[in-house]
Amino acid sequence: MRLLQRLLTPRRSIPAGVSMAANAAVAGGILAAWAIATYGGLVDTTFCPRPHEVLTAFWRTLWDGTLAKHTWTSLVVINLGFLLSSVVAVPLGILMGSYRIVQSALEPTVNFTRYLPVTSMIPLLILWIGIGINEKIAVIFIGTFFQQIVMVADTAAQVPNELLNAAYTLGAKRLQVLTRVLLPATLPGVMDTLRVTMGWAWTYLVVAELVASNSGLGYMSMQAMRGLHADLIFVAILVIGILGMITDQFFKWAKRTLLPWAAER
Amino acid sequence: MGAVSVEQVGLTFSGRGGNRVVALKDLSLDVPDKQFAVIVGPSGCGKSSLLDLIAGLKETTSGVCRVNGHEVREPDAERGMVFQGYSLFPWLTVLRNVEFGLSLKAVPRAERTERARGYLSAVGLSGFESAYPNQLSGGMKQRVAIARSLANDPEVLLMDEPFGALDSQTRAVMQQLLLGIWERDHKTVLFVTHDIDEAIFLGDVVYVMSARPGRFIDRIDVGLARPRDYEIVTSEPFIALKRRIQAQLHGEVHKALAAGASDH
Repeated sequence: MRLLQRLLTPRRSIPAGVSMAANAAVAGGILAAWAIATYGGLVDTTFCPRPHEVLTAFWRTLWDGTLAKHTWTSLVVINLGFLLSSVVAVPLGILMGSYRIVQSALEPTVNFTRYLPVTSMIPLLILWIGIGINEKIAVIFIGTFFQQIVMVADTAAQVPNELLNAAYTLGAKRLQVLTRVLLPATLPGVMDTLRVTMGWAWTYLVVAELVASNSGLGYMSMQAMRGLHADLIFVAILVIGILGMITDQFFKWAKRTLLPWAAER
Repeated sequence: MGAVSVEQVGLTFSGRGGNRVVALKDLSLDVPDKQFAVIVGPSGCGKSSLLDLIAGLKETTSGVCRVNGHEVREPDAERGMVFQGYSLFPWLTVLRNVEFGLSLKAVPRAERTERARGYLSAVGLSGFESAYPNQLSGGMKQRVAIARSLANDPEVLLMDEPFGALDSQTRAVMQQLLLGIWERDHKTVLFVTHDIDEAIFLGDVVYVMSARPGRFIDRIDVGLARPRDYEIVTSEPFIALKRRIQAQLHGEVHKALAAGASDH
């Protein structure tokens, strides 16, 4: 009874065992439902492969090199697009959140563009750039850039005034307030922004690869669909999921290691 | 040298709905070098704004503030400030926080570390050099903030309710600590508070401020011998001063509440 009360109290911590059991129940439940539906013959396995078929397809593509090839293409594209976007968006976002003149200049345009779905621009980008790697980098850039700049500007704008005033009364000049206060103060928020927008970048990448490409995990799925190889589509989705999880953990680790002072206590 | 003079200063800003709010009106003040002056007043009377004007963080609507005869135009290291809270740089260790002002002036690392360590030991925080602010209690954070201001060797120290967020025991300890350092350093201090006991215990002179628009309604020479011990807060002359200020502030607090004034 005590335990039940605890579980039903908002924000109360729960025993580690219960937490793990809840984790396992949901993940295991989904796997079990999949297994029952496919092995039990409830669904057509042409369209929904059985678990062991997905594993076999995974091993096969892993050994013959196709998985590595497509994963590599996707990784190169996403990292280039994301890096290009971040390198421009982060400094510009900090300036936009710190200087009213930059805010006035950029905010209306950025906010408008932010709500244009990048997917709707893909046809135009193909016309302009073609279907090579550059087009997909452009899709990722446009998709993440305008989100990043707004999120980084928000973090910069939320740096407490007391910190700026403290620096001024210690003798800081205007530029020093930017470099010695605003810049370091926004770093944790920048790290969170990068982590979140990297997740979105994966979506744009896959969409770009589905529409037009000749390599990459999205292309691999598209080819598998044409040949009715649902197991390969599952493999591609699985790999994207795993890569996403690794990047997410990487950003969390980087924040913990590089910005230990930002840890919540 | 650190003489502060405020001449006929007024501050007006546009409040909610665009109506003009007169925060300060024709305010004058003269603090000679090495004096510990305290301004006590109800919440929202504009006493913090006055410090911001002297620091150069805000611009006066009328009148001028001068330090050593020079008109205040923008913030400068000669006017150090201690805020109520949230002013330590969370990405710097305690030692680097205290060194901050010196590093802006490009003082060599060895020298600034030595000076910072000296002030950290003066505020009783030796051994916490490599801690980050989020590992410290509220009282310790304010001690770092005081050390940070003093290490920069300002001519005037402006203190904006620096102990306002602390519990009363910690506050008493901090007041004695501050007096101890001041007896040694003898800076000009302008200290703002709404705590009458704090004002009398610390100050050479106490200015009593009215509700908005802020004006001085009294100037009191405290005249209690230094160095002061915390026992004086129950002494007869102390209580007499307290009674006088309390009577003056009582009416002002009611006016402030009626006007719906909030802090800042």
